[in-house]
Amino acid sequence: MMPLIEVRGLRFRYEDGTAALNGVDFRLNPGETVALLGPNGSGKTTFVLHLNGLLRGEGTIDVCGLRLDKRTIPEIRRKVGIVFQDSDSQLFMPTVLEDVAFGLLNVGFERSDALARAGTALETVGMSRAASRAPYHLSAGEKKRVAIAGIVAMEPEILVLDEPTANLDPPGQRSLADLVTHLPQAKILVTHDIGFALALCQRAVFFQSGRIAAEGTLPDLIARFDWDSTVERSKSRG
Amino acid sequence: MHRRDPRAKIAALLVFLVVLATARTGLLWLSAGFFLLLAAGLVWARLPVIAVLGRAAVVLPFTLVFVLVCWIGGDPGRGLSLAVKSYLSAVAVLLVISTTPLPALLRGLESAGVPSFLLLVVQFLYRYLFVIAEEAQHMGKAAAARGASARQWRAGSAAFRAAAGALAVLFARAYSRAEQIHCAMLSRGFEGRFRTLEPARFRRSDAVFAVLASAAPIALRIAAERAAS
Repeated sequence: MMPLIEVRGLRFRYEDGTAALNGVDFRLNPGETVALLGPNGSGKTTFVLHLNGLLRGEGTIDVCGLRLDKRTIPEIRRKVGIVFQDSDSQLFMPTVLEDVAFGLLNVGFERSDALARAGTALETVGMSRAASRAPYHLSAGEKKRVAIAGIVAMEPEILVLDEPTANLDPPGQRSLADLVTHLPQAKILVTHDIGFALALCQRAVFFQSGRIAAEGTLPDLIARFDWDSTVERSKSRG
Repeated sequence: MHRRDPRAKIAALLVFLVVLATARTGLLWLSAGFFLLLAAGLVWARLPVIAVLGRAAVVLPFTLVFVLVCWIGGDPGRGLSLAVKSYLSAVAVLLVISTTPLPALLRGLESAGVPSFLLLVVQFLYRYLFVIAEEAQHMGKAAAARGASARQWRAGSAAFRAAAGALAVLFARAYSRAEQIHCAMLSRGFEGRFRTLEPARFRRSDAVFAVLASAAPIALRIAAERAAS
């Protein structure tokens, strides 16, 4: 089975010399939902920014059989949709509908098609009622849904969600988990939210110092790296 | 007024501003006529007349400098006409802005030939001004929670240096956010050109509005100049 994403030997250094990725090998199979865990600054977000060419490091990245290079970046950006951690940075158009249609218009959809697809995407995330509202006036949960709609509208094959539950209250997290579960794409979740990851992911990889230190099932990695924020559970392990 | 196409309103506004700015004679009558015309527009648009007229006065402190220069130069009449013209222009601009949502206004300005880069800057400024202002408020509250107060600000004082440092942090955050926004735009296929959804159709009623709203200031100016001569 051809993987959707295959990364080999990815290395990246920021301009100030900080080594962020030190040889990452990664594979995402069709239909899979994988959690990327690891401490802050371990390279998770830097890694996902490479998946659609926003950052370019050494090593190779293949997406749906396409080798990522300057020539294939536009096509790969249609295949890999990234939902950023801070929705405010992603929702920059004056109205929700225009924001969701932004990517569609960029990739060449006619205005009427873009409008129809944006409407459908808003319906998928349950935000049709907000189409004419300004993104700034939405709640954190609503912003996140609209940000997802903006990506889903482009029908990517892989969905990358960077800290999707950040700033969401527990009902908002639950409702987001419901939504994400029902999206058909293969997914990569960058998250510290273990409950959310457990609800969605079949597999997890653990980043440490710019490398994948381990991969396996979530319960295994949680136990191995003591990666659970619940105080009671931590105490009982201690 | 709210439902009129932004292009019609912008065209009428431009005619109004040019007719007003180039008027030389009969300024008293012309100003009175324009004031009544704008007041009628405000009433038609169901805007709070007194509040808008008051808000337009915000331009007066800026024109005051020129008024004073004219006064000192021995031409108080010119100073006064400048102040009146700037005030009436501000009311006209407020009338258009208050009856046109910003996205529609920007699309209208784009159709009118305003460079799209400039409009992009306005759009982003409008979108993120609140976000950055909110961040500034949070920083202000955090500083106040640790005993900081604007009263302590004196040039060279520790509090002043801390405030300057906070401003630098705010700038760095705004810069970082700009980079994140750029990443989000690239991710969704942005290649340097902004495409927008279908602009509103220019109806016959919009054309009628544009003609009438443009003709009114011209007619008033002709009438005022005849009355003056």
